[in-house]
Amino acid sequence: MEVDRLLGSGKLGKPFWGGNTCAEFKVQLLWLPFSSSKSKKTLSKTGVKNIVLVDGVRTPFLQSGTTYADLMPHDLARTALQGLLNRTGIPKDAVDYIIYGTVIQEVKTSNVAREAALGAGFSDRIPAHTVTMACISSNQAMTTAVGMIAAGQCDAVVAGGVEFMSDVPIRHSRKMRKTMLSLNKAKTLGARLALLGSIRPAHLAPELPAVAEFSTEETMGHSADRLAAAFGVSRREQDEYALRSHSLAKRAQDEGLLSDVVGFKVPGKDIVSKDNGIRPSSMEQMAKLKPAFVKPHGTVTAANSSYLTDGASAVLIMSEEKALALGYKPKAYLRDFVYVSQDPKDQLLLGPSYATPKVLERSGLKLADIDVFEFHEAFAGQILSNLKAMDSDWFAKTYMGRTSKVGSPPLDKFNLWGGSLSLGHPFGATGCRLVTTVAHRLKKEGGQYGLVAACAAGGQGHAMVIEAYPQ
Amino acid sequence: MLILSSRAQLWHPRTHVNYELKDDVAVVRLNDPTSKVNTLSKQMEAEITQVMNEVWGNAQVKSAVVISTKPGCFVAGADINMIKACKSAEEVTSLSQEGQKMFEKIEKSPIPVVAAINGSCLGGGLELAIACQYRLATKSKKTVLGTPEVLLGLLPGAGGTQRLPKMVGLPTAFDMMLTGRNIRADKAKKMGLLHQIIDPLGPGLKSPEERTMEYLEEVAVGVAKDLAAKKVTVDKKKGLIQKLQDVVMGFPFVRKQIYNTVTKKVMKQTKGLYPAPLKIIECVQSGVEKGSSTGYQVESENFGKLGMTAESRALIGLYQGQVACKKNNFGTPERELKTLAILGAGLMGAGIAQVTVDKGVATILKDTTLEGLARGQQQVYKGLNDKVKKRGITSFERDATLSFLTGQLDYSGFQKADMVIEAVFEDLAIKHQVLKEVEAVTPAHCIFASNTSALPIRDIAAVSKRPEKVIGMHYFSPVDKMQLLEIITTDKTSKDTTASAVALGLRQGKIIIVVGDGPGFYTTRCLAPMLAEAVRLLQEGVGPKMLDSLTTSIGFPVGMATLADEVGIDVAAHVAEDLGKAFGQRFGGGNVELLKTMVQKGFKGRKSGKGCFLYGAKSKDKQVNPGAEEILKTFKLTAPPAVSGNEDVQYRLICRFVNEAVLCLQEGILPDPIQGDIGAVFGLGFPPCFGGPFRFVDTFGADRLLQKMKRYEEFYGNHFTPCQLLQDHARDPSKRFHK
Repeated sequence: MEVDRLLGSGKLGKPFWGGNTCAEFKVQLLWLPFSSSKSKKTLSKTGVKNIVLVDGVRTPFLQSGTTYADLMPHDLARTALQGLLNRTGIPKDAVDYIIYGTVIQEVKTSNVAREAALGAGFSDRIPAHTVTMACISSNQAMTTAVGMIAAGQCDAVVAGGVEFMSDVPIRHSRKMRKTMLSLNKAKTLGARLALLGSIRPAHLAPELPAVAEFSTEETMGHSADRLAAAFGVSRREQDEYALRSHSLAKRAQDEGLLSDVVGFKVPGKDIVSKDNGIRPSSMEQMAKLKPAFVKPHGTVTAANSSYLTDGASAVLIMSEEKALALGYKPKAYLRDFVYVSQDPKDQLLLGPSYATPKVLERSGLKLADIDVFEFHEAFAGQILSNLKAMDSDWFAKTYMGRTSKVGSPPLDKFNLWGGSLSLGHPFGATGCRLVTTVAHRLKKEGGQYGLVAACAAGGQGHAMVIEAYPQ
Repeated sequence: MLILSSRAQLWHPRTHVNYELKDDVAVVRLNDPTSKVNTLSKQMEAEITQVMNEVWGNAQVKSAVVISTKPGCFVAGADINMIKACKSAEEVTSLSQEGQKMFEKIEKSPIPVVAAINGSCLGGGLELAIACQYRLATKSKKTVLGTPEVLLGLLPGAGGTQRLPKMVGLPTAFDMMLTGRNIRADKAKKMGLLHQIIDPLGPGLKSPEERTMEYLEEVAVGVAKDLAAKKVTVDKKKGLIQKLQDVVMGFPFVRKQIYNTVTKKVMKQTKGLYPAPLKIIECVQSGVEKGSSTGYQVESENFGKLGMTAESRALIGLYQGQVACKKNNFGTPERELKTLAILGAGLMGAGIAQVTVDKGVATILKDTTLEGLARGQQQVYKGLNDKVKKRGITSFERDATLSFLTGQLDYSGFQKADMVIEAVFEDLAIKHQVLKEVEAVTPAHCIFASNTSALPIRDIAAVSKRPEKVIGMHYFSPVDKMQLLEIITTDKTSKDTTASAVALGLRQGKIIIVVGDGPGFYTTRCLAPMLAEAVRLLQEGVGPKMLDSLTTSIGFPVGMATLADEVGIDVAAHVAEDLGKAFGQRFGGGNVELLKTMVQKGFKGRKSGKGCFLYGAKSKDKQVNPGAEEILKTFKLTAPPAVSGNEDVQYRLICRFVNEAVLCLQEGILPDPIQGDIGAVFGLGFPPCFGGPFRFVDTFGADRLLQKMKRYEEFYGNHFTPCQLLQDHARDPSKRFHK
């Protein structure tokens, strides 16, 4: 029964992840409780401030071009901030600092943290800044907050992330921009007319935001497909994993587990209260799709990739003393974290493989100590490749300079409430969702330690260890 | 079936080709265990035929994949030694026919055959691939396709001249076969040479190379199955332009026009000195106009004829010499070169920097003025940016490469330099000064290399504290285009210093000759008497245009008058005077004062806009510089009619070059004739169809050459006195420079 509840295999009638049978998982589950005496009772260190997650919220994540289509990024961020205010009831001037992460910037609100904070009714005396680090931008916002608190600069910081893909800055061509800028400086009518006359059809071609890595000119999907091929991950495995993600997300949504979502009355439209990209399909349906990036022999398709998403998230982070002084019951401790980076061409999406052993080492934990894993799912192929890389001694020795593998996280602890593939992936906002989900799952499942890991464009990666707050 | 085939292998041990069944797909693997590359040797061909017959005889097999197990090479071409070993045209023809038959069987295979290509797929390798029904290749930088036979004076003799036009159309097929250029996989796909390309993989659970090969095979097996099940077809989608071209090519008069145009172009570029391109045109024309059976026959016959030509032997000799000159015979250097400093950011200095930074070597470019430095840095940037424009590298790779370059005016950072190459002005005093300055700031292991073109290295080393670390590295301009590097060692230069210089040259992609020290070393020394003769001819009334035409028509890529302008009249004057002093009358003939007068008037060649010719005007036709003509008049001499016919003029130039080259070998400046030929052809443009001065003597006959020289000697004296070694060869016809 426990197995069925966790994995949903009863409903789907068959295992839908790579190759394991229910029986195998039952064995693993039976075996686990006996070995679960942790390496460490707590990660609290003397002389180091305990930093806690008070709470976290997010807007519903919607496929771009749907209900949020007419908004602006700071509207979403504002909604998340207001949601956090409502949820925590924190006084609007009790926050010392606000940090937001975002990837594709709306040029009008380049410091979207400030615009959103003002619009959300926070005191105008609270400074705010925006950070960017591709898909781990809000992780960077959170760890920046952790750093500020640890350094004694602040006691309470709001961190968050926002991404709005329904509208992206499409620019005039460089030639046209140059002409227009010269036009500003042209003094005489003749000079202006000459400039206008120099405009040719080539000037009119717009410039779209690059979807490819700047350094390698390769799109992320293409790299993911090559990565999956490098690790021998089949199309079927990827489709099965994607189906697992959607099925688990659907179940979590139906069972009301996604309590970080706050409803949003979109101006001129209805109240949105649910993520709208969760679509458990069937293996047959998914098998019909053609590869999206590597043609015709590729394996990454629209169905086993994360999709363009609009959404925002926010978390309230405090020193433990401050939280307790304000009367909060924190949800979790934010413990060690690491950032890693590697070859942006061939190892673009392997961040979690590099970050996981490193952060565990920092914390003095073993993989088996972790009760809850929340990994960012950019592509099913990327997740499965990372799992294989983490399970390979050869890879650990040859590429990571380690003596042995860290091991592959057991799937029965892994992304059990869905992931970026199914819930959606607003680039800048995903990190806070992962951390909040770990806190909620630790509480729900009675675990002690959780691990967040994510990859990001540029060949970067991040991992953080989270400890449950004593009940 | 697996058991059966392995049993079969027990009976007939196969070493080069084997196959394995993957479901109903036979995966045929090529691997020559005796070499780094696969070549179509007799053994390889025999085993391919044997294996394919087994595959075809097996009813279980529904399709096949041909793949190499060498990661960097599919098949690099036919085995050249196999052709060299032939004694008659008929023998060469029969080699071609065997290849044709084998590939025809593959082309008509009852089951689909997929060629899976990673690495070089050249010559016979490409002919094998295009005989297969379907081709896929990795988009790796190592994957290149092409028909380089023409560069060896041959033609694609295993059906290539017949299949390529059908596959890529007449114009493209001609372009491929007549230029012999390498084509990258993505371009080949666009041209219709490949059906599918595969991106190379990064690290996974195996090394990138290993996994990429596996992946290529997996995809190929998938395609083979789909082909057998008729889920995919071998037809390539043709674009509108392609379709249009096909229609146009349907008209006989259009094709005729193409043959004519191509022939004209070939004649213009080769001056009729190379028979292979014309034979290629003939083969294609026969096949397209008279049907493939005639085409195949003409192809194999022409292949046989070409195999016996002196031109082909010369070009093959150059190819093999070039391979030999890409090896380091001085051992592995004790230290890896990490930092190189270059003095002087002029054309040469910046050129050397450009070919060094893109190999990931930290490079310091030092000049004495900000203007000079800026010009040099711009040259490096432009060289790299031109590659970006041609899509050879990305703008990001350009920037990353440039990060290895430091431009500066002082000696800071020289304490880290492992080697310093000076490319300052050709003046011994200046060279001495910079050598002393450099030795004061560099570590004891640092090598000092001089990029001088004529000053003896021992003279430069005279003021050195560490003469064993002093060496000459003579680059040719433009450095990024000219392949040759002439390394000069003195009797004090240590072996490790030489090994390090050769290692750097090889990293820079150079073909290297290592010669002894002396005025002008080898290359400049050979060029000087020929230039003296050219000046003499100008004085005798052969105009610059005529001189150019007489020299290009025997195969020099650049006419002699133009060459003088390119090198710089001032440099030529300088070298002529220096070497004239060093070698005396033998280097006489032309009057150095003529060159000096031109320099005085500012006619320094292309760089000053005026030399023998006028530059800067946009018109294609080169105009003779009237000022230079005036000067020529004042130095006018009468030409002796008996030795001033066009042919004699040509031989006079060749004789002086060749005699000096042979003398260099006699004196031990040159270690062997191979390096002599390579240096002359790749550094100075000695006609490649002759294969270099030494092969020229072998082919032309030392005695015949001697007779000519004796005749010229009568008129001009010791400029034409044959050296002892040449006389020895003339006396004994069994003596040859090349075996």
